Amino acid sequence: MTGGVFVFLEQTDGALEDASLEVLGKGREIADRLGVPLTGAILGEGVGELAEYCARMGAQVVLAADSPHLKNFTAEAYTDVVSRMVKPRDPDILLIGATHNGTALAGMLAVRLGTGLMAHVVDLEIETGTGTLLGSVPGFGGSIVAICKTKKGRPQMATVRPGVFVAPSPTEKAGTVEPFPVDLKPEDVRCRVVERVVQHGASVSKAQRVVVAGLGCKDDLSLPKKLAEATGSTFGVSRPVADKGLAPKNLVVGSTGSSLNAKLAVVVGVSGAAHFTSGLRNAETVVAVNSDPNAELFKHADYCVVGDASKVIPRLISELGAEGK
Amino acid sequence: MNLIVCIKVAPKVDQIKFDEQKRTIIREGVENEINDADKNALEAALKLKDSHGGKVVVLSMGPPSFDPFLRLAVAMGADDAVLLSDRAFGGADTYATSRVIAAGIDKLKPYDVVLCGEASSDGSTEQVPPSIAGWLGIPHVSYVSTMEMVGDKVRARREITDGHEVVEVMPPVLASVQLGCNSPRFPDFRRKRWADKEFKLKIMNIQDLGFAPGDVGLEGSRTEVTGLSRMRSPERKREFIVGTEEEVAKRLAQIVKG
Repeated sequence: MTGGVFVFLEQTDGALEDASLEVLGKGREIADRLGVPLTGAILGEGVGELAEYCARMGAQVVLAADSPHLKNFTAEAYTDVVSRMVKPRDPDILLIGATHNGTALAGMLAVRLGTGLMAHVVDLEIETGTGTLLGSVPGFGGSIVAICKTKKGRPQMATVRPGVFVAPSPTEKAGTVEPFPVDLKPEDVRCRVVERVVQHGASVSKAQRVVVAGLGCKDDLSLPKKLAEATGSTFGVSRPVADKGLAPKNLVVGSTGSSLNAKLAVVVGVSGAAHFTSGLRNAETVVAVNSDPNAELFKHADYCVVGDASKVIPRLISELGAEGK
Repeated sequence: MNLIVCIKVAPKVDQIKFDEQKRTIIREGVENEINDADKNALEAALKLKDSHGGKVVVLSMGPPSFDPFLRLAVAMGADDAVLLSDRAFGGADTYATSRVIAAGIDKLKPYDVVLCGEASSDGSTEQVPPSIAGWLGIPHVSYVSTMEMVGDKVRARREITDGHEVVEVMPPVLASVQLGCNSPRFPDFRRKRWADKEFKLKIMNIQDLGFAPGDVGLEGSRTEVTGLSRMRSPERKREFIVGTEEEVAKRLAQIVKG
């Protein structure tokens, strides 16, 4: 079976990445549109159940590579296995979630397959008539989008920014899982993970309510964090806050982090550079608090409050508390 | 240790304007700079050199006008600088770019660690570093925040989606370094004078790297841009909430509660 759509399904410690579920959903849609099969690839140790799950979520075939040497993601070993899966099947399209690991895999894999790569796309379309994959690639801080296509080489590869596509619903008929034999030796894995620390926080891209703090909070994130707690929101930050080491990078909202899909986003002390506001596009309602009345962010907000966060937030929290009683 | 740092000279992103009519990017009058994350990569390399000894070479691809930026890197502490420069390299996507840079690195063998910034501020694809590693056939560790030598191995901390990992890898290896993971040092004053006046930049062209014109640049690229558009933002109400602090808080509370 050659042709079709191929998706890489990333797992970490036995949990499927949201971004992978999202590419599975989009992959299903594209495969249906083109009338071709959708194949998934999952690598790890003891991934049988996850593979079965992916087969119920829209993949007709899930190739499962099980090996202790694949337990942890390493770019080289994963590139080797995925390229061996992809080459004989010769898919037209290969999609990968643009997580840290997905991004590292994609760059190496594209070279191995001798094909192009559209990075961090925020939209994918099939060109009418030609069936060519068109990717919307954000550049220059996310303010400009380039529509790209693969002119030479197959598959047409894209990494997809987390949070832009929706996770699929289970299909009526489950696909099949095919074990993919790997013969890796310890020396094939030149890079060894000796320690991993994971905090399974709520994901900002999936959260229904989000409070996002920017540099305007002057290095003190305690108030926006309190507001997040008081409103049952997930806490996020703008990129510069994470770059200063005040918050982990997985909380970053914007073109180098996650896109929001929240019903409500309260954004505090963010000036509103394009690479940030591109992450707000799918948020239903945006509330902005900023002391600068000319802040760019106000152009991207439904409700704007000009004021000092250190005054506005405590008042809001006590108001919420008072009404709760 | 032989350390190679790949740097990109990129336009300052906040000065870039988009021409709505022509649907092109206006580059005139835009200043260039060494990409921020690449300065972090250079600092990481200089730190490794400080503690383990060795040599740091910076490498870039671009027009001869990038010369001053490479001299700046030398003034910061790099021992040597190489510019891969040829008209044929222009218009390259990440595939053709990484191919040329990898060939330049290959000319500098033997090396232990190749360092790159995790992403460029203008393109932000993050694809050039893993692609270079793909061409060179060496392991790649991404989102590195700190690095040290432990015995004959490189030990690096890298950020992952919800946390971090510590990895050990035998050189040669390519590490892409996280933006903001360190504070790049300032150029040394005396060294800067030497770098500007006496330092001889090495330039390699398409023949030096042994490519045919079809291998590189626009022609050697695998992807193409078919159009540009401004990212449209959804329509927002943009309602300013005014009043006393209490009134504002009350209204906000209503909105937050939905």
